[in-house]
Amino acid sequence: MSAYSVTEPSRRQKWIAEVLVITYAVITMLPLIWIISTGFKTSEDSIAYPPQVTLEPSLEGYVNLFTTQTLQSGEVDPPETWYEEIVHDKGMRIVGPSRFGERFLNSVIIGFGSTFLSVFLGTLAAYAFSRYRIPLKDDLLFFILSTRMMPPIAVAIPIFLMFRTLGLSDTHLGMILLYTAVNLSLSVWLLKGFMDEIPREYEEAALIDGYTRFQAFYKVVLPQAATGIAATAIFCLIFAWNEYAFAVLLTSGTAQTAPPFIPTIIGVAGQDWPAIAAGATLFLMPVMVFTILLRKHLLRGITFGAVRK
Amino acid sequence: MPTPIDTAAKATPPSIARRVQGLSDRAIAWIFVAPTIFLLLAVNIFPLIWTIQLSFTNFRANRPNADIKWIGTRNYERILTDSDIWLTMQATAHFLIWTIVLQVLIGFTLAWLINRKFKGNDLWTTIIVLPMMLSPAVVGNFWTFLYQPQIGLFNYVIAFLGGGDPTSFSMIGDKALAPWSIVIVDTWMWTPFVMLICLAGLRSIPDSIYEAAECDRASKWRQFWTITIPMVLPFLMLAVLFRGIENFKMFDLVVQLTGGGPGNTTTLTSVDLKREAFEKWRTGYSSAYAIILFVTVFGLASIYVKALNKVKER
Repeated sequence: MSAYSVTEPSRRQKWIAEVLVITYAVITMLPLIWIISTGFKTSEDSIAYPPQVTLEPSLEGYVNLFTTQTLQSGEVDPPETWYEEIVHDKGMRIVGPSRFGERFLNSVIIGFGSTFLSVFLGTLAAYAFSRYRIPLKDDLLFFILSTRMMPPIAVAIPIFLMFRTLGLSDTHLGMILLYTAVNLSLSVWLLKGFMDEIPREYEEAALIDGYTRFQAFYKVVLPQAATGIAATAIFCLIFAWNEYAFAVLLTSGTAQTAPPFIPTIIGVAGQDWPAIAAGATLFLMPVMVFTILLRKHLLRGITFGAVRK
Repeated sequence: MPTPIDTAAKATPPSIARRVQGLSDRAIAWIFVAPTIFLLLAVNIFPLIWTIQLSFTNFRANRPNADIKWIGTRNYERILTDSDIWLTMQATAHFLIWTIVLQVLIGFTLAWLINRKFKGNDLWTTIIVLPMMLSPAVVGNFWTFLYQPQIGLFNYVIAFLGGGDPTSFSMIGDKALAPWSIVIVDTWMWTPFVMLICLAGLRSIPDSIYEAAECDRASKWRQFWTITIPMVLPFLMLAVLFRGIENFKMFDLVVQLTGGGPGNTTTLTSVDLKREAFEKWRTGYSSAYAIILFVTVFGLASIYVKALNKVKER
């Protein structure tokens, strides 16, 4: 037992705090649990009243999410696979894959492409801002941050016109460049913070040993900054993954990402909630996993490095 | 084969050798910074200047071949005298004020509770934080399902706890309730953000200050108001700044949740701007609108940052 301390909360205080926090956590998780469980309901169960808590898991939502179907007519081949059987029992037949796979893949390509670029450019700029005397450094850094204050819709008009002129509308390249630019402010600010924390003495020692500045940068500084770079990359990835405003305005087909697509999933009778929930679950899962991995750097990432723990 | 230059370079002191072998520090600095600045100029500053230029014209992006007329400040005059715009500003203000008030109250309370350091607080913190990182559009879309009067979980839970009929109210269909429906979802998503920042603030207060106060026989209540609150205030103000800017830009969540309706009750400025620019295609007019919004955010943010710096200096 530790000695009595005036700042240590009493046992009763701790207990009350624990109960309240857990209550809040449970309430806050309800919508997420509902999303995940709706994905495993049949469409009848999903719209049952009162809302169904017990459920017999069904993969109907996931099958609907990945396939395009039409009503059965005339002679129908007997179902061969488990997913064909699910569709068959509902009086439908599969005519091909849905667009969800493509849209998900677009999210992956654009997310990873823009993350790579913004972390690459951000690392270089952050190193320069951290180590060199650059004229108007503070103004440049503030300018970089201020680009994040603009409402996306406000810059979307000229970007829309610009993309139309350059033939970048609805292309992967266009979206990658756009998200790179949006994420650069975050990546420069975060990485500068991480690099400021690496003692200069390491590089100075390397320089004295005959390394060039450039060698010192990638052989000494980069490995030291690896954790920071990884955390920054995950933040950039999550932003690009979640982005909706630019995606809905600038893409419609080939380069459309999942966020504008998921809400448009429609079944035979209006919105197909199990399919939407299945899509949302698949889409939100990676972010939840990343958030858990990131928890130590979370605060730093969401405040652009303004608050470090 | 070592060239004479290599031999010379090795013979010279490292500082000179560096200059011979590699790029100068200055050159590296510029090579490293230039691509970032260039990309930001191309994707942010150039469009901004273009928006300013368009805002003085009657250009419509769906008729690229029509004559573009210079109409001076007429777009600005029209916007600032339009009563509908003031209604969207009011809707935005309602959203901003209530989300910030609720998130600060709940977020601070949670942080204060978590700072009681009970066992397993890290695990619960991580769980509470989850909603904040998710895609607002996808989440907003799913909340329309939770808000359904017949089948939605939200109405069911409220009716279960408060009594009454879950079908008797519709959060996103009712003009009086719709503005609150977006406040609730935003609060659900972003309270953890305020909580995390407050928690960092609380953890930055050294125990010794409380110990000193205890020696002086200050009551717990007094300690809370004279130590805890002032020391957390700069953090709290930073959280409010971030939430303020983000919610002024709010678009994705609201578009998916209510689409601005019913009527115009949840038409926030960004939602309205999107309609003007990409549905009515009044490009010149909406450019002026965008500039007004941008100036407002920037102006309010810089006044606020000055206040924040004063609090920090204290």
